[in-house]
Amino acid sequence: MKYIEAFRDGRLARKIAGQIAKEADPRRHYYLMEFCGGHTHAISRYGIVDLLPTHIYMIHGPGCPVCVLPMGRLENAIQLAQTPGVILCSYGDMLRIPTAKGNSLLKVKSRGADIRMVYSSSEALDIARQNPDKCIVFLAIGFETTTPPTAVVIKQAQALGLSNFTVFCNHVLTPSAISHVLLSPEIRQLGQVRLDGFIGPAHVSTVIGSRPYEYFAEEFQKPVVIAGFEPLDVIQAVLMLVRQINEGRAEVENEFTRAVLPHGNIKAQKLVADVFELRRSFEWRGLGHVPYSALRIKSCFADFDAEQRFEIPALSLPDHKACECGAILRGVKHPRDCKIFGTVCTPDNPIGSCMVSSEGACAAYFRYGRFRDNQSQHEMAGH
Amino acid sequence: MQSSANKKHAYTRTLDFKTGCVEMMHGSGGRAMAQLIDQLFMKAFDNDILRQMNDQAGFTSAGGRMVMATDSHVITPLFFPGGDIGCLSVHGTINDVVMAGAKPLYLSAGFILEEGFPLGDLKRIVESMAAAARVIPVPIITGDTKVVERGSGDGVFITTTGIGRIPENVFISSERAKPGDSILISGTIGDHGIAVMLAREDFAFQSSLESDTASLHDLVSVMVEAVPGIHVLRDPTRGGVAAALNEIAQQSGAGMMLFEERIPVKPEVSAACEFLGFDPMYVANEGKLIAVCAPEDTDRLLDTMRAHPLGRNAAVIGEIIADSHYFVQMKTRFGGTHVVDWLSGDQLPRIC
Repeated sequence: MKYIEAFRDGRLARKIAGQIAKEADPRRHYYLMEFCGGHTHAISRYGIVDLLPTHIYMIHGPGCPVCVLPMGRLENAIQLAQTPGVILCSYGDMLRIPTAKGNSLLKVKSRGADIRMVYSSSEALDIARQNPDKCIVFLAIGFETTTPPTAVVIKQAQALGLSNFTVFCNHVLTPSAISHVLLSPEIRQLGQVRLDGFIGPAHVSTVIGSRPYEYFAEEFQKPVVIAGFEPLDVIQAVLMLVRQINEGRAEVENEFTRAVLPHGNIKAQKLVADVFELRRSFEWRGLGHVPYSALRIKSCFADFDAEQRFEIPALSLPDHKACECGAILRGVKHPRDCKIFGTVCTPDNPIGSCMVSSEGACAAYFRYGRFRDNQSQHEMAGH
Repeated sequence: MQSSANKKHAYTRTLDFKTGCVEMMHGSGGRAMAQLIDQLFMKAFDNDILRQMNDQAGFTSAGGRMVMATDSHVITPLFFPGGDIGCLSVHGTINDVVMAGAKPLYLSAGFILEEGFPLGDLKRIVESMAAAARVIPVPIITGDTKVVERGSGDGVFITTTGIGRIPENVFISSERAKPGDSILISGTIGDHGIAVMLAREDFAFQSSLESDTASLHDLVSVMVEAVPGIHVLRDPTRGGVAAALNEIAQQSGAGMMLFEERIPVKPEVSAACEFLGFDPMYVANEGKLIAVCAPEDTDRLLDTMRAHPLGRNAAVIGEIIADSHYFVQMKTRFGGTHVVDWLSGDQLPRIC
């Protein structure tokens, strides 16, 4: 633990915060988007905003894996789970995501569907081995971090000839989501949302490296600082972004040098390339259809592809009418701007996906940030 | 039967009795369970004693002020490092009784057994219960046994009920926390929940961590002797320290400010939580208590707790503050502040 505690040191944090206060130009505002849910979680869990000057705003981006899965794919998963003879395996925080009608994997589980929470893809493979008379569907979600482990189990299933193991693939790609946010009319033309810089993904970057972000820095003239998920990583990244913005630079900098290399993890990338190929388009919650933003299983592994083995209709379902998750995921709105935030929509009765995972902007804000409303601190003046 | 009490219902929708089902989160000690209790059990059983909403119910009899508490025990695995369902079923109910400052008098035990359960294991469990009761000492004076068909139960379920008597000058109750009061914890948090979780077969890493399951009767008796005016006692079981503190905040109509750096957590528990994406504040304990007392009593209470083997790592972790939202807040080691909210359902690991 001592290696982790070192990245949560309060004294060092105050020192960096002092430096930020000294260097941040009081005549301007700084709008910084943290892309990843892991960063959102760290910001709210450790109260990082309390340490920042009031003219630095953190905008929560679309990098919460469970938040961006569209309703249609969730409905598909729920239907798969209710198919006789199927065991659906899923990561934990996916289970509570509600559909527009309030259904969820947990709800169908309480009505008898066989749904198992797994910590890793290999547990799903073990369940397939132990239940040869059942068909196992692994609900694969997440960004580049969770994709290699899915590739590994598909290859293992093939090597073992495990014909009862399948993967419902919903893996998505970070760079295309960032482009989409930057290309959105609210940012490009309307100027509704100001974005001065990005805190780049931590774990995702260990796989894809720092290179893929160079395009954004250059094309959109936005600085990117790749940062780890510990609170000192985040606050150090804020300082690095403030410096870049002050100096008019738009570069990719790496704060997370202890884990991220420019080229990333070549072995993991090769595994992914062996098993997956790009989808032409994929629907994201909040972002709509984003071209070349997701992966599907290659035809040579079709036996393990749930989309080939089961009837899975293409559903495009709207979000709950009052839910602002979409706008919140694009950084256009703050959770507080949503009419049902904290009243109808709470972590116990989530209406939108952002209220479910602790990485979701709404849940994080509900759980850790509500008291700020009472103290009227850190108002997001730009929104 | 613990709950968020009747003072404030923030952020809840009513239960759906038409189409809803019992879900796992209705038993996990968080807001969903509090809601089930408030909107179903409290409404149906409503009476003055039930409305006290403490871990135990107080009532008067010819013998003085009495308390009664009941607790059902279900746990996987039945045998875990540091204990088993047998001693746990004694400790759980005794701890609820003594959180009123009471001296435990009698216990009852009800068993639901699953067809096919090995008699040898049942003997181990019952002997462990007997040993746990003998130490206190409290006799188990009545019981019941039912057997359900294979598949209708999970080996053994045990329900115990305890009765105790409250000393003359003691008035401990969850609505007595006042701004300025100190909040104390008797030791490291999260040991039980993490030890049990790691003992389940599906985890690939090992640790020497043991459950903290223990009867707190003796610790409470020395505490009450030293500071008869203790305001609140609560054992933070399901839902962890966070749920227990939120219950106290709601029932007392006050807020809390905690200091993360003062909260004792074993390194093994921190590490496991880190790995699993859990927060130890929400992990169950079975041998710890939270005490709230007046500021002038704090040092004496802390010294008394630290002098007892079950309170060696006791610490003052925060104070009661005036707050109309009844929020439990925590000053993080990092320097920021966040709200320690109720848990909604079980903690689920994050992916990223």
